[in-house]
Amino acid sequence: MRHLDEYRDRALAQALAEQIRRTVTRPWVLMEVCGGQTHSIVRYGIDRLLPEGVALVHGPGCPVCVTPLELIDRAHAIASRPEVIFTSFGDMLRVPGTRGDLLGLKASGADVRIVYSPLDAVKLARAHPERKVVFFAVGFETTAPANAMAVKLAKQQGLTNFSLLVSHVLVPPSIASILQSANNRVQGFLGPGHVCAVVGFREYEALAARYQVPIAITGFEPVDLLHGVLAVVKMLEAGRAEVENVYARVVSRDGNRSARALLSEVFDVVDRQWRGVGHIPKSGYRLSYEYRAFDAERLFEVGDIAAEESKDCISGQILRGLKRPVDCPMFGKGCTPQRPLGATMVSSEGACAAYFQYGRGLEEPPRPGREAGGAR
Amino acid sequence: MCLGIPGEVMSRRTQDGLGFATVRFGSIEREVCLECLPDVKVGDFVLVHVGFAISRLDEEEARRTLAALAELGLDRAELGLDPAPSVAEKEDAA
Amino acid sequence: MSSDAPGLLGAACPVPITETDQVLMGHGSGGKLSAQLVETLLLPAFRNPALAALDDAAQVSVGGTTVAMTTDSFVVTPLFFPGGDIGELAVNGTVNDLAVSGARPLFLSLALILEEGFALAELRRVIESIQRAAAEAGVQVVTGDTKVVNRGKGDKLFINTTGIGQPIPGVSLSSANVRPGDQILVSGTIGDHGVAILSTREGLSFSGGELRSDTAPLATLVEAMLAATPGIHAMRDPTRGGVAATVVEIAARQRLGIEIDEAALPINDAVRGACEMLGLDPLLVANEGKLVAFVPRAECDRALAAMRAHPLGRHAARIGEVVAEHPGRVVMQTLIGGRRFVDLPFAEPLPRIC
Ligand code: SF4
Repeated sequence: MRHLDEYRDRALAQALAEQIRRTVTRPWVLMEVCGGQTHSIVRYGIDRLLPEGVALVHGPGCPVCVTPLELIDRAHAIASRPEVIFTSFGDMLRVPGTRGDLLGLKASGADVRIVYSPLDAVKLARAHPERKVVFFAVGFETTAPANAMAVKLAKQQGLTNFSLLVSHVLVPPSIASILQSANNRVQGFLGPGHVCAVVGFREYEALAARYQVPIAITGFEPVDLLHGVLAVVKMLEAGRAEVENVYARVVSRDGNRSARALLSEVFDVVDRQWRGVGHIPKSGYRLSYEYRAFDAERLFEVGDIAAEESKDCISGQILRGLKRPVDCPMFGKGCTPQRPLGATMVSSEGACAAYFQYGRGLEEPPRPGREAGGAR
Repeated sequence: MCLGIPGEVMSRRTQDGLGFATVRFGSIEREVCLECLPDVKVGDFVLVHVGFAISRLDEEEARRTLAALAELGLDRAELGLDPAPSVAEKEDAA
Repeated sequence: MSSDAPGLLGAACPVPITETDQVLMGHGSGGKLSAQLVETLLLPAFRNPALAALDDAAQVSVGGTTVAMTTDSFVVTPLFFPGGDIGELAVNGTVNDLAVSGARPLFLSLALILEEGFALAELRRVIESIQRAAAEAGVQVVTGDTKVVNRGKGDKLFINTTGIGQPIPGVSLSSANVRPGDQILVSGTIGDHGVAILSTREGLSFSGGELRSDTAPLATLVEAMLAATPGIHAMRDPTRGGVAATVVEIAARQRLGIEIDEAALPINDAVRGACEMLGLDPLLVANEGKLVAFVPRAECDRALAAMRAHPLGRHAARIGEVVAEHPGRVVMQTLIGGRRFVDLPFAEPLPRIC
């Protein structure tokens, strides 16, 4: 497949890894911001190709993971109503709240459906005028335009039985929050390529300048990720704190203008609670005044919901790059993807879940080079 | 959550007042909404996320990146790899 | 081996799995939850040597004659999908379990559980398909049963088939034979069935020429392979949970290491495209007409040639090998030369599209 296979080339990846090895003169801590990047890194064993001194820590980059437990419980309450068809992406419907996950609600008669595009939820609303269709809109800036389009379309079509339960978070404020924390140890970032495809990277230039950290806007394929690591390591070694776009085939400085226009029409920026991290100012979206009639939180009164997080979970520190999943005493023991205790175990792109799925942590896969009479 | 896959625009049409395209990934095809990327043409590659095209792949930038990477100046023998066709040659063969 | 030898849970997943008090969909997915059900509930209840081998079919002695026996139930939505239907699946699934155990499939039972209101015309189509598939696989349906459940208590049609086969003389195929050095072969492209089913899901609808279930009877392929290389150690048909489930299970139960070469996995373009689009790993996606063979190194080329000469093995490939290192673990050499463990998900992987 074009524009994919080129970036999974073994020789290129090895050459990049070698170049990183040659560039590094001392230890560095880099954070990949996006959960999709975490998934790729673990899936391809990219961190195992890096020299010992270069540590990749996993960032807050999974919107499903950082959706507060309290909001999932709210979703649960809405989805339990007989008139509601509750829809979202598969990942989100699997996240357990205090009373189980949303897909599990189906067993007790609720109408919960996986959709693959938010427009499908609008279609459902049109096909079932007697029901109320709620779409659980989660995501970063990448997903926000699609969700915005869905509600815009519903408005254009005059639908009154469609609404969004919004849990949208924004990446730059979370990076700022990590950099502001007193015990931060992250020295450079792999910026989230698909987020920047939508919003561009001017905000990242501001972050780099303000906090004096290098950032490489990075894609998701192995060669892209290694390219991003090389770019950041070079800047670190040279003492530069800039933004380098190594994902220029997809990302431009200003991003996608139509998408950004849509976002400012449909959403307002608000403070948000991040699961595992806490309150971050101006770090998310809610529907704008013009679209308030489509806000599920206004339409469905479900009362006050408070949810207790596990005290054993260290996902807050993992999301800030202070700890790794394997540092958690509950990892793989009290906490598994089936029964997650915290944010980072809940979706396949959370750091704990990615480690768990690829069997990391309990022992490490041998580094390449020491191939055990292996398959090649 | 940010899974985005590049595919080729095969055809365009309008439905419910929205622009859509048939986009090809490998040998399968899927309908993709073009509202966030109104100006793409048949033959363009677009990055698709949850059924929406969010970015047009810039062929020139792709070429530039790959060319820069190819100049890392490490040959395959030095990496202990079998000699193999370069990416460009592979593309020609495909 | 005995069933209290290190099991799938003890090794591939050294992690105590939290209990649930309800059956979850994941218990039927071929992932860890399925394994948990087998290990904690079923094996202890029925402990016996034939069961303990945990191969695709059991070998039992009837009046001094050894016969192979297996059973499988089929629940699939939709009943008719690109490349096949539930009837064909119900025949092929069971005869394949016999075939990969080194037995010639001979007889089938057929049990139908019908939902009130299910269209008779559709039932007729399924029965005709069973008839065709049985003829192609060379088996006779010799006994059967029909039950009807109230509307809403079933999903149109469930099928169970039990198969009896005759072990091919001189052949011993069992995962207990697998040894370090064995080469791992797969008979063709992986993931075709699972992706074909996914393509029919509402909202997912994607299309493409090669997007077809691979359901097929494997007995003639198995016989051709055994004729060329009688020393093959084991074969499995990687259905639910895909090739990953097969290799993880064998590594865990036999306390062997397995290395898989990602670049060697045969995957057709349509499956590849769909898996990229949905964020799925083809190694975990179901097959219905493929086998995985464990072959002594010296016989690898001959076995591969025999597979490729058969219409169902044209795209056969060597995908890895059994090693003495990292017992109980499957390690994948990734496309870019990185390394990672292969493990089973708890439940059926959902598209990660979002
Ligand atoms: S393993 Fe579980 S408990 Fe530990 S940090 Fe991760 S999510 Fe929290």
